[in-house]
Amino acid sequence: MKYWDERVETMGRAELEAIQLERLRATAARALLTPFYRPLLEKAGVTGPESIRTLADISKLPFTSKDDLRRAYPFGLLASPRSDLVRLHASSGTTGTPTVIYQTRGDLERWTDYMARSLTAAGATSEDVFQNMMTYGLFTGGLGLHQGAERVGMMVIPAGPGNVGRQLKFMKDFGTTAVHATPSFMLHFHSKMAEEGYSRSDLVLKRAFCGAEPYSEDTRAKIEGLLGIDVYNSYGLSEMNGPGLAFECVHKCGMHVWEDGFLLEVIDPDTGLPVPDGEKGELVFTILCREAMPLLRYRTHDISSVIPGKCACGRTHRRIARITGRTDDMLIVNGVNVFPSQIEEVLMRMPEVGTNWLIVVSKDGALDRLTVKTEVQPSMFTDDSRPLNALKDRVKEKLQACISIGARVELHEPGSLPVSEGKAKRVVDERPKF
Amino acid sequence: MVLNQISVFLENKAGRLADATAAIAGAGVNVRAISIADTADFGILRVIVDDPVKALDALARSGFTTRTADVLSLEIADRPGALAEVLAAFKETGVNIEYLYASLEKNADKAVVIFKVEDVRRGLEIARQRGLTQAGSF
Repeated sequence: MKYWDERVETMGRAELEAIQLERLRATAARALLTPFYRPLLEKAGVTGPESIRTLADISKLPFTSKDDLRRAYPFGLLASPRSDLVRLHASSGTTGTPTVIYQTRGDLERWTDYMARSLTAAGATSEDVFQNMMTYGLFTGGLGLHQGAERVGMMVIPAGPGNVGRQLKFMKDFGTTAVHATPSFMLHFHSKMAEEGYSRSDLVLKRAFCGAEPYSEDTRAKIEGLLGIDVYNSYGLSEMNGPGLAFECVHKCGMHVWEDGFLLEVIDPDTGLPVPDGEKGELVFTILCREAMPLLRYRTHDISSVIPGKCACGRTHRRIARITGRTDDMLIVNGVNVFPSQIEEVLMRMPEVGTNWLIVVSKDGALDRLTVKTEVQPSMFTDDSRPLNALKDRVKEKLQACISIGARVELHEPGSLPVSEGKAKRVVDERPKF
Repeated sequence: MVLNQISVFLENKAGRLADATAAIAGAGVNVRAISIADTADFGILRVIVDDPVKALDALARSGFTTRTADVLSLEIADRPGALAEVLAAFKETGVNIEYLYASLEKNADKAVVIFKVEDVRRGLEIARQRGLTQAGSF
């Protein structure tokens, strides 16, 4: 099967844009139902669907930032009665308040459908046995692909991440043909294969869907070569439901954004004005397929560009190039988004550690390693290593609770790290650049 | 006797121990006993010196974080079982030892051992009662 929804995936641009306009108007109307957007929209002169006459009128609508989601926490962006909600997902915010996304049953249906469309575009069928090696839980990556793969009719093994030995056993015993993982986990997985006593001939693996972290075309080629599989890129963010926003088709030449459900703008991050197709800018999305929580012109901070021209697959939905960077200081560590401000907040709440700290992200084999270095207060030093070790464990626990991934913690002598005044460099990213 | 021990917080960084000993040497202070406790990313250097005040001042000027503690120094005969006897005496009388290390004293038939005990006065009292020779002043 080549398409999941051939009519929509291949429709002419005029028809697609007509659908977008209709849905944008409906979305603006739903946004007016939320305590967060109502005053903003009224101030902008948007009083109902009739205020949006053409797609260009989107410029009347305000941008939405991650901070806005925090300000509206927990229910300020809700456009549906709470009793209609069936799901909540969350991603870590830039500080302690998470950003939360709600779904009604209809929202979940539509998300699942976009996911099924994505997997089908990448060549998956109901014949596939799909092992999902991505994190489940509040993170949208695990459940998103899980739901979509079930809808396509694959047998889904909800393995979750880690434990390469068990992953390999399942793959061999159940004939796994497709997997979902971060690119760094795919490389880590391959590096452990021989050690776990498996060879490529034990597996019938055909394809991998990779997302959640940026990586290079060279790395894709490396994974494909090492494992003898096809690797397809996935792009999503929880604010736009998660995965199922943009996905590669079998031609692997950029990710098709499902434009009937998500209105894409690429802007100059400084001026907020659109840049032409082919030029790099910040991706901005308006979700057109969610009733519970409308989000208008959400600033992703991801840098990419629209790939001009038609794709050989026949789909008319535009493609975006792989993400090349961020306009903010967000770090992606083994697929998990981490803001330096989250780490700072944890450290500043602990009087035993000093005001100077440094985040180092490096590679440990194929995986990323996050190290948090912090000075200890001189008063913590007592000729006894036990209180220092206990402090270290406490910092680790607090960080884990806040950023949901394990960090190595190093305690340093007072005065040994760069001082906090001025523009001290707080993050050192030692990973290779793309 | 009871001596004043200096502890120095050392992070695991190449040359940090050399820096600390250089600071002490720079002040013309002699190190009489030395020990290092280490964990994965930091260590604690413990020293007995002939002039603690000068050493502390020199270490502080070089940016080191220090603490001082009272420790017991005892002369232990250089024969099998001598240390065991001292430890047995402490055990019987409930003197808890946190750590101990040997000094650099040049004495052919005696070893000077530095004891960090929970209660240094009580430790000293037991050592006196049992007739353990106390190391002379460094």
